[in-house]
Amino acid sequence: MRIGVVTFPGSCDDRDAAHAVAVLGAEPVALWHGEADLAGVDAVVLPGGFSHGDYLRCGAIARFSPVMGAVTDFAGRGGPVLGVCNGFQVLCEAGLLPGALTRNAGLRFVHRDQHVRVDTACDWTSGTPVGTVLRIPVKHGEGRYVHPDPDGLAAAGQVLVRYCCADGTVDAAANPNGSVAGIAGVTNQAGNVAGLMPHPEHAVEALFGSTDGRRILGSVLQRSRSAA
Amino acid sequence: MARLTVPRVHIAVLLKDEILDPQGQALERALPSLGFDGVSGVRVGKHIVVDLDDDADLDVRVTAMADQLLANPVIERFTYRVEG
Repeated sequence: MRIGVVTFPGSCDDRDAAHAVAVLGAEPVALWHGEADLAGVDAVVLPGGFSHGDYLRCGAIARFSPVMGAVTDFAGRGGPVLGVCNGFQVLCEAGLLPGALTRNAGLRFVHRDQHVRVDTACDWTSGTPVGTVLRIPVKHGEGRYVHPDPDGLAAAGQVLVRYCCADGTVDAAANPNGSVAGIAGVTNQAGNVAGLMPHPEHAVEALFGSTDGRRILGSVLQRSRSAA
Repeated sequence: MARLTVPRVHIAVLLKDEILDPQGQALERALPSLGFDGVSGVRVGKHIVVDLDDDADLDVRVTAMADQLLANPVIERFTYRVEG
């Protein structure tokens, strides 16, 4: 399986994402934001970073990159797309995911290991039961998820993961940024496009404290293997 | 009569009233410590200035650029005024 990782000007987790893809046994394919072509990949990852210097709003400028037209077409055909951190912000700005991300409620850049609870079954959580608690690092200053109807989003099965305590409790103490209803990641209605603030690509090797990121990043691989 | 100068448009973008504004809160807490009492409702936003070649369809053009890029309608609202 070939998984494309898009580099925008200011992306900084693209190499880690490509490394994680390789660790999981897939072939990483470097994609440049200025190319309107996905090189025939089977899935796309929009990595973390500070695309275009976070000018105006995080992800607001990257949304207009030529590659995003190709990503939108790919997503429309059911292709799996994952946005991590800045990639999540880009997908929200592009309208491929609902809601928006804005400045952390505490005004602090938060970087820490974070527990999240899987809230729905989609292309990016396949093989991981709903309710499973994962430990994946977060690192962001503008990760507060905003949506006018979080209950409706959950009822539609579009909440990917929520910030939680180690035992799975979703409460204010576990919420690093004031996101509505503790939402850490969401999916589109079809479940093939997902975005989250935590960084699964930083949690794929035991040396770094957790391999739970494999449950997210590796889910498309597992799906393609079971389909084969 | 045609304008003698190009229209300069000032666009103000603010978080919607129902969206928490932590920057505004921080300023609101800071102002009393400098002796500025009686201040509330502090909000922090963006002020964007654009020069247009002409004022044809000005409202339509400015509204479209604000809706599509300058403001995110999920969390922000905007107003604008034309200078002069």
